Amino acid sequence: MTTATQTATTGAAALPTVRRRRRRRRVNMRAVWRTLGMVLIVVWCLAPFYWMLITSFRQVDFTYDNALYPKHVTFDNYKAIFKGSNHFGRALFNSIVIGVVVTLFAMIVGVTCAYAIARLHFRGKFAVLGLILAASMFPGVALVTPLFQFFTNIHWLGTYQALIIPDLSFALPLCVYVLASFFTQMPWELEQAAKVDGASPGQAFRMVILPLAAPGLFTAAILVFLSVWNEYLLASQLSNGNPNVAPVTYAIATFSGSDPRIVPYTSIMAAGVVVTIPLVLVVLLFQRRIVSGLTAGGVKG
Amino acid sequence: MHYRRLLAIVVAAVLTVGVAAGCSSSKSSGGGGRGPITFVTGKDTSGVWPAIASQWNAAHPSEKVTVKQQSDQADQQHDDIVQHMQAKDPGYDIVTVDVIWTAEFAAKGWLEPLTGQYSLDTSPMLAGPVKAATYNGKLFAAPFASDGGLLYYRKDLVPTAPTTWSELISDCAKKTSGMNCYGGQFSQYEGLTCNAVESIYGAGGEVVKSDGKTPNVDTPQAAEGLNFLVNGFKQGYIAKEAITYQEEPSREAFQSGKLMFLRNWPYVYAHLTGDANSQVKDKFGVAPLPGLNGLGTSTLGGHSAAISVYSKHKATAYDFVKFIETPDIQDNQFLKVGTLAPVIKAPYSDASAIAKFPYLPTLEKSIDTAIPRPVSPFYPAITQSIETNVYQALQGSLSTEQALKNIQAGITKATDG
Amino acid sequence: MTAATGQLPEQVEGAGQDRERRRRRARASRGDSRLAWRLILPTIVLLVVVIGYPVVYAVVKSMQLDKADAGINPSTGFFEQGGKFVGLKYYRYWFNCNCPNGTNGHEFWPSVQTTLIFTVITVAFEVVLGTMMAMVMHRAFKGRAIVRAAILVPWAIPTAVTARLWEYMFQPHGVVNSVLGTNIIWTGSVWPARWTVMLGDIWKTTPFIALLVLAGLQVIPDELYESARVDGANALQRFTAITLPLVKPALLVAVLFRVLDVLRIFDLPYILTHGANQTTTLSILAVNELRSSQNAAAALSTITFVFIFLVAFVLVKVFSVNVVQTQARTVKA
Repeated sequence: MTTATQTATTGAAALPTVRRRRRRRRVNMRAVWRTLGMVLIVVWCLAPFYWMLITSFRQVDFTYDNALYPKHVTFDNYKAIFKGSNHFGRALFNSIVIGVVVTLFAMIVGVTCAYAIARLHFRGKFAVLGLILAASMFPGVALVTPLFQFFTNIHWLGTYQALIIPDLSFALPLCVYVLASFFTQMPWELEQAAKVDGASPGQAFRMVILPLAAPGLFTAAILVFLSVWNEYLLASQLSNGNPNVAPVTYAIATFSGSDPRIVPYTSIMAAGVVVTIPLVLVVLLFQRRIVSGLTAGGVKG
Repeated sequence: MHYRRLLAIVVAAVLTVGVAAGCSSSKSSGGGGRGPITFVTGKDTSGVWPAIASQWNAAHPSEKVTVKQQSDQADQQHDDIVQHMQAKDPGYDIVTVDVIWTAEFAAKGWLEPLTGQYSLDTSPMLAGPVKAATYNGKLFAAPFASDGGLLYYRKDLVPTAPTTWSELISDCAKKTSGMNCYGGQFSQYEGLTCNAVESIYGAGGEVVKSDGKTPNVDTPQAAEGLNFLVNGFKQGYIAKEAITYQEEPSREAFQSGKLMFLRNWPYVYAHLTGDANSQVKDKFGVAPLPGLNGLGTSTLGGHSAAISVYSKHKATAYDFVKFIETPDIQDNQFLKVGTLAPVIKAPYSDASAIAKFPYLPTLEKSIDTAIPRPVSPFYPAITQSIETNVYQALQGSLSTEQALKNIQAGITKATDG
Repeated sequence: MTAATGQLPEQVEGAGQDRERRRRRARASRGDSRLAWRLILPTIVLLVVVIGYPVVYAVVKSMQLDKADAGINPSTGFFEQGGKFVGLKYYRYWFNCNCPNGTNGHEFWPSVQTTLIFTVITVAFEVVLGTMMAMVMHRAFKGRAIVRAAILVPWAIPTAVTARLWEYMFQPHGVVNSVLGTNIIWTGSVWPARWTVMLGDIWKTTPFIALLVLAGLQVIPDELYESARVDGANALQRFTAITLPLVKPALLVAVLFRVLDVLRIFDLPYILTHGANQTTTLSILAVNELRSSQNAAAALSTITFVFIFLVAFVLVKVFSVNVVQTQARTVKA
């Protein structure tokens, strides 16, 4: 292909058109594959969600109907989940509060820790990395009883703290590792240059490195937030059923049909839709930041 | 260097606290006083508790009851109570226990025995629920709602319900195409234990001897009982897909007209008559479960109210427990509002109730003659053994005899510690 | 700025610069060390407190006799007092039970096998699918925002809801059988049940890997691809020589955390199949045991912890996961 462009200057009038056609066909193939890939990905990710959506609008009596288009449509499920006894609205608020607090805290602490690991030289670095990773190795089910008793003893059961602190235990290792792997890829010469220009190490880090690491930062933040959002086991026990702090995962587990033996699929699907859509909208808002890349940061400048 | 020392101190502190907590300390075990109480129950799907609580609160303004609802999953309710009891929480005054948890919680010393100053008069109650709440000769919980297994059948195809298994199987010749013969709950969960145990009882077998401890399930009678289900899958009078059935899928199969006979709980009745998609509205009847040589026995479901030993207001709790046993509450709240089966005999002869729930006489008989699942502190291990082995026998990967041998060995191992 | 010429900074440095760097490093390391520890301490303290305490608690409890194993007092019917030191009794129980079928002790080795099978298969699929997704999302094109939002949807749905959705879709008369026209009893036998669980996990967590790989792709400078194209490399060669090595740090972090997560998986199989048909993982087994004997469950948790540690150790060694590996080192190759 490069040879084709090199001969461009010497070719006759007919050659440019052939070249253009050849280039267009090549570009089209790549675009076709890419579009196909896009479509497949979107279908794979959204097909079950589509089914969730349809079920959420179906009348309870027809829960087991398999029609792929909306049938027996009703808004009852959405009305039912916001019924007072479910405390769903409050649970959404709680999930957001817990998620935001954990994410902020984990990012701040995680960034400082990751900076130290990626940038500074000290003995015992691998031991520290190992210790941080080891925190993600303990089965969550085994955390419940000791933490439950501990928080009961200090009268923190059923408070926000009881939910935020354990969540940090799995948010931090993830955060530190993701950020550390990004920070090591940063061009530290820029930080050196900034320091030479008179900036303090903190300023150099904040103003030069952090903007370049934006993709990594936003990725880590999203991953942490969603991990906390998804967490059920610890939240269900440590919230002690207190609707003022219980997150949305617990609230969904308390939905019920008219009998305890009934699994209220339509209500659960409606709750799932309500929980997912705002998250996706927020990410859409920030998605440009996630993939801003080095072009925005100005390594080439 | 400072920081390493600081870290070492923190680690040492955590180790000490951890070891100290591991060796648990004992706390005071509550008091018999009066005052506000918390009543813990699973998710109130039947909507009875608000009215009961406000009736009580109106009459006892200084001893108000707060109803705390857990989730609607039995496993989570159980684990929630366990966590609070292990932490010796005085915040749970009365807990609702499923019939199968009573012995376990009683043996762990968490429930106040209902004797002496807390004794309860059980003479107006049905025999089955009282038996299920009695451990080691003492009553540890007050049953307030019960449940028994019933046979739902298509009376438009089979005018009289079968009383034996062989009758049931031959009645299935009358089913229309596209229908399956018999359905129950056969997925690997507690419901399977109910079905398996009912079949074993129905052939005259037993799971444990009358002492409640010694396993006696490796018998020819138990094998005959279990074979009713195993042969069902082998010979085809139970559909292959029924291996995934819990209460709801089996109800759905019967409700859409695809099942001839269904073993399920009373809650199904309202759906069969009232749901918009029900194909069997006026075409079904309710009967007692059939057995090998005559009518079979149901197992017992239901819930009881137990006073926590860590409660600080046990006298109030005791009065509330007596309150929910009164005929007024049992009839007008549990039965008429909540469609739950009462535990005292009186409401079952209430004409207006029978008009509303025609299956009531059948249900009363079913509960009165019901045999509880093994009343044992080791029930979780026992039911696990039964569930797993029966499930594999139904799938065909274990023979009935081997399954029963495994259950026998499993129960022995569990009760021997 | 030094990089204005478009050449990689590393190519400019020579041996002399290396020596100077080493000297500077030695001088700075003492100051570095102090600063580093100050920065790391909050993280470590928090983790030690939140995780360390339960670990110690579990280890201590696992060596004490559980109340439920202390026998029943024949007159009161109550369990005797537990707490006596019993050493490795519970550990021997898990490794060497000879228990009858249907008891928890019998399920230890099968659940180890199940957990490993889940881990290997789901992570393999997720890596391939996730990388493909990231590659597609990487370049600018119309509708990129929609694809990115679509990818997040599986990850954003709470696990419990996904489990219920899967349970609902894979019923014998559910929508999956109706769309495929089959009659498979998905949760009725071993491999269909396992695949249902694994499919649910793959669908749900591929976005996790896709996101991390995407972020890793973003930091690869375009000029590397350009110069490779000029040198005549085709798409596959560009992928294996540039993309893979540079994305490796991000990808390996993703794989590492995914492996750790799947080894502890609980919610999805518990709600979907309740652990039946050999889908019982170590965490499910621990929860089941918790209902009988707490301290035996504590021993199982400790065993799981050590097991996961060994797996992670092997993973890190075999794939030389080195979080602090720099771009410079990989590009030189």
